[in-house]
Amino acid sequence: MLDVARFRADFPLLSQRENGHPLVYLDNAATTQKPQAVLDAIVEYYRTTNANVHRGAYDLAIRATEAYEAARAKLAEFVNAWAPEGVVFTRGTTEAINLVAGSYGRANVKAGDSVVVTAMDHHSNLVPWQILCQEQGATLRMVEITEDGRIDLADFGRALERRPKIVAFPYVSNALGTVNPAAQLVKLAHAAGAVVVVDGAQSTPHLHVDLKALDCDFYALSGHKMLGPLGSGALVAKPELLEAMPPYHGGGEMIARVWDDHSTYNKIPHKFEAGTPNVEGAVGLAAAIGYLERIGRERIAEHEQALAAAAIDKLTQIEGVTVYGPRGKSDRAGVVSFTYGDIHPHDIATILDQDGICIRAGHHCTQPLMRRLNVTATARASFYLYNGLDEVDALAAALVKAGALFGYVPA
Amino acid sequence: MDTSPPDPQLSALYQELILDHYRRPRNKGTLEQATHAVSLNNPLCGDEIDLQLRVDGDVIKEARFVGRGCSISQAAASMMTQLVKDKSVPQAIALADRMSAMMQGDEGAARDKTLGELRALAGVSKFPVRIKCALLPWNALTDAIKP
Repeated sequence: MLDVARFRADFPLLSQRENGHPLVYLDNAATTQKPQAVLDAIVEYYRTTNANVHRGAYDLAIRATEAYEAARAKLAEFVNAWAPEGVVFTRGTTEAINLVAGSYGRANVKAGDSVVVTAMDHHSNLVPWQILCQEQGATLRMVEITEDGRIDLADFGRALERRPKIVAFPYVSNALGTVNPAAQLVKLAHAAGAVVVVDGAQSTPHLHVDLKALDCDFYALSGHKMLGPLGSGALVAKPELLEAMPPYHGGGEMIARVWDDHSTYNKIPHKFEAGTPNVEGAVGLAAAIGYLERIGRERIAEHEQALAAAAIDKLTQIEGVTVYGPRGKSDRAGVVSFTYGDIHPHDIATILDQDGICIRAGHHCTQPLMRRLNVTATARASFYLYNGLDEVDALAAALVKAGALFGYVPA
Repeated sequence: MDTSPPDPQLSALYQELILDHYRRPRNKGTLEQATHAVSLNNPLCGDEIDLQLRVDGDVIKEARFVGRGCSISQAAASMMTQLVKDKSVPQAIALADRMSAMMQGDEGAARDKTLGELRALAGVSKFPVRIKCALLPWNALTDAIKP
């Protein structure tokens, strides 16, 4: 386990009290808190470096551009991207996937083609493909999951028989915590001739991601789920794919020359970064990466797995609690989704909040998955490097209280 | 393990009466001869209600609902369908306004006997994010009957 107390001191927000209790923040799959190093980097950028990037002829603008491009290089290195120019900064995972669907998808998916997604995809890796398929007259094929919350490999194989143009799946499920066998899925999809889009929103913050080894074609990530600022994120892609793709948004920065009736476009990645970018976000994200690297992602993953295992152990000891997702330790991230008898997850969340415990309740933007689990919603605790075993205990104790309020067990 | 008694605000929120309506909802089901039907959901938390009314002239003769969601939204729906039965449309709209006032913390509304059992939901006003749960069935009702 990590020395949690040491890290917590780096996160100003975590010293707050909520409803008279120490804050127990267990909604890290939604967004993470920010260390002082990230806050400092953002303030420092505005105090010393701010100017519009890529166009100023003065030194300050050059420094701003350098800071922005250094952040790109840092992120490229962090995920072992194919090249820094394969990193397109976006507002987050959602925009990155929409970029792929709107640009690559529109250019390559035609009537009668198919696109494959999974039943555990977040709406952000589902709805853009629905829109694309409806527009192009293509078929969207959803791969089923097994009862223990893994991608059904037999069904995945059947879906590939149609030789889909695009296969999209999450590296880690935000609702179940399943760590999917991403490299294996990529291989299978490539063998069927598909281009592979991996939703990396939940994997990048928690696992050692090596994109060259993974060999997918597109990888989407969010900065705010990995200690970085809101509104930061990226699409990481094989450069040759980006080169061939039409632009997504039009505007400044993405052009080379503009005539009255047409334009030529900038080189990648700038072709996909229309308008003034979120430099503050990129700089903050780079600081977050620095923080994560100092701890080491293997240690973070190990820590979270231990917390998840402890949570599953404690929660399943409470009669009436059902925990969803795989039980194996190796293919599970620090996300624990559960229900408690007939107590609705929102009621659970309200009750836990009174003890200062923040969890997520709802469908987690995975309504097709909820239908398959036969629930409308679950409660979800998700961990990060600053959570400790004492917080797992607090979660279990507060759940017992929730049970008592609903007449389940004597508190 | 923390064995302190539950917070009094929580005990007020999850009263026996509310849990009873949650677990044994009244008027749950569909109407053969509905004159009004509205489906509403709360996309944030997934609460759903399909409300059906049989209005004769100006009077709500029957109200039934099908729904899924938290104890607050489902208990509010159950209590509301009981309360608005045999009320005129203007009376029902006035009740919806009183309910809304109670959710905003209006103590007069919370003492207003015309709200009947719904006064048990007064404690929801202390939990701002849950107010929309309690008002979901009422919003469905006003959508259905507002001229």
